[in-house]
Formats: sequence, structure tokens, C-alpha cells
Amino acid sequence: MRTRHPILRFIAAVALSMGTLGAQAQLTIEITGAGSNRYPVAIANFENEGALPRSVTEVVRGDLERSGLFNLIEVGSAPMGEAALPDFIGIKARGADAVSTGTVAPADAGRQEVRFRLYDTQKQVSLGGMALRTSPNQYRATGHRIADFIYEKITGLPGVFSTRIAYVLKNGSRYELQIADADGQNAQTALVSREPIISPNWSPDGTRLAYVSFEAKKPVIYVHTLATGLRQVAANFRGSNSAPAWSPDGNRLAVVLTKDGQSQLYSLNADGSGVRRLASSTGIDTEPAWSADGAWIYFTSDRGGSPQIYRIPSSGGDAQRVTYEGSYNVTPRPSSDGKNLAYITRNNGRFQVAVMDLASKQTAILTDSNRDESPSFAPNGRMILYASEYGGRGVLAAVSVDGRVKQRLSGQAGDVREPAWGPLPK
Amino acid sequence: MRNALLISTLAAAVLAACSSTPTGDGTGASVEDRGTGGSVARVDAGQPSGSGIAALRDPKSILSKREIFFDFDSYVIREDAKPLVEAHAKFLVGNPTMKMLIQGNADERGSREYNLALGQKRADTVKKTLVLLGAKEGQIESVSLGEEKPRCSDRAEDCYAQNRRADMLYSGEF
Repeated sequence: MRTRHPILRFIAAVALSMGTLGAQAQLTIEITGAGSNRYPVAIANFENEGALPRSVTEVVRGDLERSGLFNLIEVGSAPMGEAALPDFIGIKARGADAVSTGTVAPADAGRQEVRFRLYDTQKQVSLGGMALRTSPNQYRATGHRIADFIYEKITGLPGVFSTRIAYVLKNGSRYELQIADADGQNAQTALVSREPIISPNWSPDGTRLAYVSFEAKKPVIYVHTLATGLRQVAANFRGSNSAPAWSPDGNRLAVVLTKDGQSQLYSLNADGSGVRRLASSTGIDTEPAWSADGAWIYFTSDRGGSPQIYRIPSSGGDAQRVTYEGSYNVTPRPSSDGKNLAYITRNNGRFQVAVMDLASKQTAILTDSNRDESPSFAPNGRMILYASEYGGRGVLAAVSVDGRVKQRLSGQAGDVREPAWGPLPK
Repeated sequence: MRNALLISTLAAAVLAACSSTPTGDGTGASVEDRGTGGSVARVDAGQPSGSGIAALRDPKSILSKREIFFDFDSYVIREDAKPLVEAHAKFLVGNPTMKMLIQGNADERGSREYNLALGQKRADTVKKTLVLLGAKEGQIESVSLGEEKPRCSDRAEDCYAQNRRADMLYSGEF
């Protein structure tokens, strides 16, 4: 009996942890490549951090570390409060060019106020700070906002740690449209179906997703309000309805319909009204995506014989060919800063993520995998999230536009696919 | 709409009755018998005849075959598939109230949305041929499942070939 008890306890522990994982599925991020010049920064523990259920500075460090752009310098476990100046010389000697300090203090209605400040250790000056009132269980969101602040102060670009991602998890014959924080945590299921779900696309205000569901035995476009779960059919015409893409002003959806023959581009309102044809071709036109300024619609077309990327003025007009290298270039996704275009190219039989500098037309292949799909830019234009394959399973991966920073996000089970990176929070 | 619902419910009930009938040697004969039964008369009102349904399900009938396979990167109907398409065209002409859904499919390589368009191209080809052979345009809806519902999920050419396919489904089957 003595020998059996520990085993039983072990089994019980495994069963418990499996139950927890099942109830709260989340993605785990692994860093597979980092930037070459990582900025050395120290995130000291905040004063009175124990008032929160978990360490908020751990969240900040994790975010900055995973971005691949920062080198986290260890400064010991002693907290550094927000009110006092840090020991610049000592911290500089450890190699940190910047340091953050902070204090957690009780506020009204059971909330906590988190005050923090960022300093340049060379110039010995404050780079600014913030005070955030938070309910204790919101410590992760608070950490992401602090990390966003530090990221922006140091890189000059907005941080994307407070954003969300959407993706489809396929487990056997079960499909789930999930929404998670950008670090893969807090995954929530927006839709469960026995039929495939593809092509999720965020409304610019982050409140709605358009996607294609096959629950009616054919592709139909839905618009789904995340907070309420309310779903509305946006396009269910005769034939197939697919590839929804919101316009940057949130007023229109570019879509692909086959109601008048083959796969062609149209635009319509989110409630399905006001259908207008965008282009006409004798081949396939699909995968529309608006440029950030709303002036252009990029799309895939085989009008020239092989699938290539083209663009048309969103107000109508002639198509211009965008890609020329190779015989298979698909899924164009312009960055929100208007500088780059991510897409998938076939390279010696392997499907990989490529990026084009739209000003110089220079292209580069960023990945070395075999089956990459569905690239999606982070809203600051620095990282590209895409679907890939690892260990025989569908996973998400992210690569920086310079190809240096690489991350992989995988689930506990099943195939993760069809990622879409949401907008910056308001 | 109400009628269509009622009819499809009845049709489903008839089919369920057929399949639950215990028979010694498979379901073929039993389907034929039920096809002339009283309950089918109601299905007749505005919907295909019972004998039509039986033929669609009878493994000995060419009409029970519903798959059209395509060559790699091809959207034309192969010689070996033409008799099948012709038989279904003839059935649609003879049963003008019968509706057909054609689901096109593609192998899994490359973009999901582009593959959806390729599957659509295959479904459209089958539809066009059926219409050329006399079926009414309004009888047939062509759609695509792209690479989303593969019949075979191994990564080999003979598997990809099975997924480059269009399936023909009749009223009550989708």
C-alpha cells in the first residue's frame, strides 16, 4: 500500500492538471531567433508587488524578452519603488541602459494603483511613467500596458503586447475560433463548429470578426460581435462566399463571391447590403486586402496564368501586377504603416513567408519552413504572424520583418491555423 | 419554404424507415420496395419520384456514383468521367424539380482561399457541362469546400488525386 499511494497521488495530479489545461487552453510561445542588437534593460521588482495575485513585473519581463529586441539585465530581487531615484551607477555597471521602477498601492473600490517610471541610466533622466488603476486579477493586462510603454519609449514604435490574436484550433473534427492575448494566454472560444472555419479578419475597432464558416455545407461569410456572441450573415449568395477583409474605416468588407460565375471581388456593408463589384477578370480573383490608407486593394489572381499578387484602386480602375518572381505568390497582406507587403511564395516546392518593401519593390523570404500560410502583420508593422507546421502539427509562428526575431506558438493539442493579429486597443 | 421543410422531413423519414428495415442481403432491394410505398406519394408532390431516389441510391445504377476526379492543376472533365456526367444530366432533365449541390475540392498544397477558388473552378466545370447537356441552370448550385474536407490526408500524390474532386449531391442529401 505504501508504494501505491504516491502513484495514485501522481495520477490524480496529472488528471487535475489535464483538466485545467482543457478548460483553459492556451498557446505557449517559444523564441527560436532573436534580434542582433538587443537593448539592455532592467525591470526591477515593484514595491509592494505582493498585493497583486501574481508578479506584474514578470509579465513585463516576459513580454520584452519574447519580443526578441531586449536583453533583460538582472538587478536582484530587492524592489525599487517609484518615488525614489534608482542607483544609476550600479545599474549601469551591470550593463543596463534603462531601468524601470514601480510601486503598487491600494486605491479605491478594492483596486490597486500601479505607478511606474522608466529611466535612462546613462543620462540619468526619467523617460516618463504612468499610473494605472487595476483590479487585482487584471495584473496581466497591466503588465502588458507597462511593457507597451517601455517598448514604445525605446524603439519608437507602439508596443503590441496588449493586442489580441484570433486563430482556428482544429481538434479531430471539432473546429474552434479562438481569441487569445498576443502572448497566447487567456484563450477564449468565440465559436465551436463541426465544420471548418477559415479566414478570420478583425474589424479595425477590434470588436468584430468576419470569417468563413462551412456549417451550411458551403462557404458563408459571417460577422461576429465578440462581446455579445451575436452573429450575422454578411454574404450567403448562390455559390461560394469567402475571403472577407474589412476596409480600414470599418465601413465595408471586400469579399469573394461566385454568384456571377467564378471567384471574383466585391465589396459590401457588414450587414450584407450594398453589394458592389470591385473587379472583373476571366480567371480567379481572391484574397483581397486593403492598404492601410484604404486607397488600394491587394489580391491574388491567376489572370496571367499563375497565381500572382495584383492591386486595384479601391475606387475602381485597372489592376497592376505586384509580384513577378516565381510561379506562385499568394495571400497579400499590407502592413499598417504602408511600408511592406507580406505574402506566401512557393520556393522550390516549399511555401514560405516573403516580404516586399513597397517603395523599393525589394523582396526577401523570411522563413525556412515548408508549409507556411496566412501571414498577418502585427499592428505596429514589425512582426508577421503566420500558420506553419512543426512536429507534424499545425502551429502559429511569428517572424520580424527583418527576419531575425522568430517565435513559435503551439497549443496543447490539435492544429492551430488561420491566425489574424488584432488591432491596437483603443 | 415551409413545404420544402415538410417534404425534406418526410423524405428523411422515408429514408430512415428504409435503412432501419432489416433485410438479409443489404439495403438495395428494400429501398426499391419502399419506393412504391404509400408515404412516398406525398414526397411526390413537387419532389422527385420514389424510383428516382432509389436509382440514386442503388449501387448498380451509375447515378449512385457522384464523384468526378480531376488531374493535377486541371479543371476539365476527363474522358472517363463523361458517361457519369451525362447520366446525371439526363436524370436532372427527367426530374426538373430535383436540385443538385456540387461541392468542388482541392488538394491541400498552398493557400486555403486560393484552393477554395480552385475547388470552385472544378464545381463550375461540372455545372456548366450538366447545363450544356440540358439541365436547368437553376437546378444546380456549385460551391467549393477547397482543401477543408479532404477525403484522404496522407501527403502523397495518390492521396492528393482523391482530393481533386467534385461531388454531386441531390436534394435531401445536403
